[in-house]
Amino acid sequence: MKRYRPPRLRLEALAVWRRNALVWRRLMAASLLLHFGEPLLYLLGIGYGLGRFVGEIDGMAYFTFLASGFIAWSAMNVASMESMWSVYTRMVPQQTYEAILATPAEVDDIVMGELLWCGTKSLVSGSAILAVAALLGAVHDWTALLAIPVIFLTGLCFAAPGLIVTAYARAYEYFNFYMTLFMTPMFILCGVFYPISTLPGPMQTVVQFLPLTHAVAIIRPLVVGAPVENFWLHLGALVLFGTICAWVAAILVRRRLIQ
Amino acid sequence: MSPEEKQSVVNCRQLVKRFGDLCAVNGISFNVPKGICFGILGPNGAGKTTTLRMLLGQSPRSGGALEVFGEDIDSARKRIRQRTGIVPQADNLDPDFTVAENLAMYGSYFRLDHQTVQKRIPELLSMVELLARADDRIGTLSGGMKRRLTLARALINDPDLLVLDEPTTGLDPQARHMIWSLVHKLKRDGRTILLTTHYMEEAERLCDELIIVDSGRLIAQGSPNALIAEHCESDVLEIRGLTHELDQKGLAQNFRWELSGDSAYLYSDDSHALLEYAASHNEATALHRKTGLEDVFLRLTGRGLRG
Repeated sequence: MKRYRPPRLRLEALAVWRRNALVWRRLMAASLLLHFGEPLLYLLGIGYGLGRFVGEIDGMAYFTFLASGFIAWSAMNVASMESMWSVYTRMVPQQTYEAILATPAEVDDIVMGELLWCGTKSLVSGSAILAVAALLGAVHDWTALLAIPVIFLTGLCFAAPGLIVTAYARAYEYFNFYMTLFMTPMFILCGVFYPISTLPGPMQTVVQFLPLTHAVAIIRPLVVGAPVENFWLHLGALVLFGTICAWVAAILVRRRLIQ
Repeated sequence: MSPEEKQSVVNCRQLVKRFGDLCAVNGISFNVPKGICFGILGPNGAGKTTTLRMLLGQSPRSGGALEVFGEDIDSARKRIRQRTGIVPQADNLDPDFTVAENLAMYGSYFRLDHQTVQKRIPELLSMVELLARADDRIGTLSGGMKRRLTLARALINDPDLLVLDEPTTGLDPQARHMIWSLVHKLKRDGRTILLTTHYMEEAERLCDELIIVDSGRLIAQGSPNALIAEHCESDVLEIRGLTHELDQKGLAQNFRWELSGDSAYLYSDDSHALLEYAASHNEATALHRKTGLEDVFLRLTGRGLRG
């Protein structure tokens, strides 16, 4: 059955990606201000402020711990916002996809183009935080550059479930369910603010099933310059989660757009 | 396949579309020969847009056979869309871009090369008289300008088949006439045009051949003149603002007649008889005219309002 097959990546997806990139370029100044300004304030306020009381965690300054967690969180957040609010805007009020689907481009091209675009936005925001953290002296090793592809992957990974929610959404308010039930718990529980080893035993098991845990587990040591423990396990978890969600998203978006 | 069908750009047989229990298109068959303007007419909800969406592969059919450019839409969707231009009913221009950028962006979805697109943009914009607005945002355009731009956008891939879904709905007479003359020009260029409309005047002017659909079924097919000759008398007397009961019995002996609100329509092939009736009865306002597609349409689809 065609409607259940995995999404295919074709060159038309790049046209969809490029459309979004050109719109973003026009509003780039405001977007970059957000990407650089917000983490700067957070890191200075919480990282330095709270860091003075916390001291060191896992052998690193709290400021560094928090900055590396923020990078992963930001990748998740930016990709989720884009794949929900922005994609919904293009799908429903603007009818952009309806126009695209009158050309040789297909639903799969829209799905893949949007996923790549969400990943790209995560890449920009995550790299901005990395740059801010480096300027503030929180980055100690060139291995931090290896975090950049992981940031992109994290973006892809979270864009896919965002598309699933959007495929069901009848209004912007629908996204609040996903935000409250999925994103906020991950923000709090998955090791952004404190090591998951401080969670109660059963919770430590639960968070292993949340993808942000694995993104943090790879990005943090890379930023700090420490060896990544269980690298393939964490990477595999992210890839598996992202792949399954992207497949489901393709099926659901096809169902939504082709009736 | 007959030679006639081989030359046809669109060929569908027993086309069916169901949405759950609702049958939106119920066994429609028609042929669109190359190079003509073909109309699909019908009241709101008749299944016109659904039919177009199936023709473009934007909506999978529930049954029947459907070929465009001699190929099955399911297996050749990409090739078919490469040669087709579409003006949808609702505007879906990209509000994040300017007029010229909208065309360039659309060309990129067809993967046309940059130079071809950059050459075509000013040609198309001058054709729809929007060259001066090339760098303006979509939000600053009037409804008529948006429609013209959508038409230009549909031509970015130099299509052989142009599909227009209610191209003049909501436009002022100036804009409507401009679209009409563009459609004539595009037909002269050898393109095949498929259009839906509610406006019978538009269909009479533009269409070489048309079908009328109602509740998902095809109820008439032919050229505008043939349809008028087949389904209507040659003349009609329209009496508006009736203030008293008509002598229905007396009327019925001489004319086929219909009543709608405070107007009556008397049909006959004998124009003298109609004029005599008008003179002898001194009714409120009587207007004598030749019958047109609108009379055929109302006769076939009824005067009741649709959802």
